Amino acid sequence: MADVNRDKRPLSPHISIYRPQINSITSIINRITGIGMSLAAMLIVWWLLAAATSASYFDFVNGLLTSWFGLLVMFGSLWALWFHFLGGIRHLIMDFGIGYELKSVDFWGWAIIALSFVLTAASIICLSAF
Amino acid sequence: MTYKTDMGRVKGLGTAKEGTHEWWIGRLTSVALIPLTLCFIWRVAPLIGGTHAEVLAAFQSPFTAITTILFIMIAFVHLAGGLQEVIVDYVHGKVTLVVLLVSTKLICWGMGFAGAFAVAKIAFGA
Repeated sequence: MADVNRDKRPLSPHISIYRPQINSITSIINRITGIGMSLAAMLIVWWLLAAATSASYFDFVNGLLTSWFGLLVMFGSLWALWFHFLGGIRHLIMDFGIGYELKSVDFWGWAIIALSFVLTAASIICLSAF
Repeated sequence: MTYKTDMGRVKGLGTAKEGTHEWWIGRLTSVALIPLTLCFIWRVAPLIGGTHAEVLAAFQSPFTAITTILFIMIAFVHLAGGLQEVIVDYVHGKVTLVVLLVSTKLICWGMGFAGAFAVAKIAFGA
C-alpha cells in the first residue's frame, strides 16, 4: 500500500517521451486551436457588445478586427475553428470505437489537416461573395 | 505512510474531483456545436467588417439571433470544459491550479452571458 515513489512518478501526458506521429500531432493541434480560439471568442463577444452599444463604438471595434493584425487573428481563428470542428467530429466518431486501424489513423490525420485548409479557403471565398 | 486503502485514497480525489461528468458535457456540447458552428460561419462571420446597420439588421432574423445565442453560450461551456482539461493536465501547483480553474470558469460564464445578452439586445431592438 505504501507507495514510496509517489512523488517521482511521471505525470501524464508525457509528451516529451513520444516520437511525434500524425495522431499525436493532430491531437495537440486540436488542443492548441481550442485554447487559441478563446482569444477569438472574447473578441467576437467584444464586437457584439460594441454593436449593441453604439454605431461609433462598433466602428472602433470593427475597425480593430479588420486591421491587418485583426484580420490575421480572424482568418487564423477561422482555420482553427475548421480544424477543431473536423478534429472534434473525428474524436466523436472514434468514441464509438471506429477508425483505430493504423491505416485509418494516418489517413484521417492528414485528411483533416488538408480539409481544414480547403474549408477555410472555401468559406472565405463563398462568404465574401455575398 | 497512510492507513487509507487505495480505493479510499482514489475515490473522488482525482485532479478534477469528479468522474465522467466533464467528459460527457464535452461530448454533449461538441455535438450541439456542429450545426451551430456552421450557422455561425454562415450567418455571423461574414458580418465582421460590415456596417453597424447590417449587423443590427442581421440579428432581426430570429434564426440568426437564436443560433448565435446558442452558439455563444454552448461554445463558452465547451471552452470552459476544454480549458479545465488542459489545466488539470499541465498545472500541478495546488494554489495555481485552483486560481486558474476558478478564473477560467468565471471568465467563460461571464463571456458567454455577455455575448448572449448583446445579441438579445440587438434582436429586441438596440
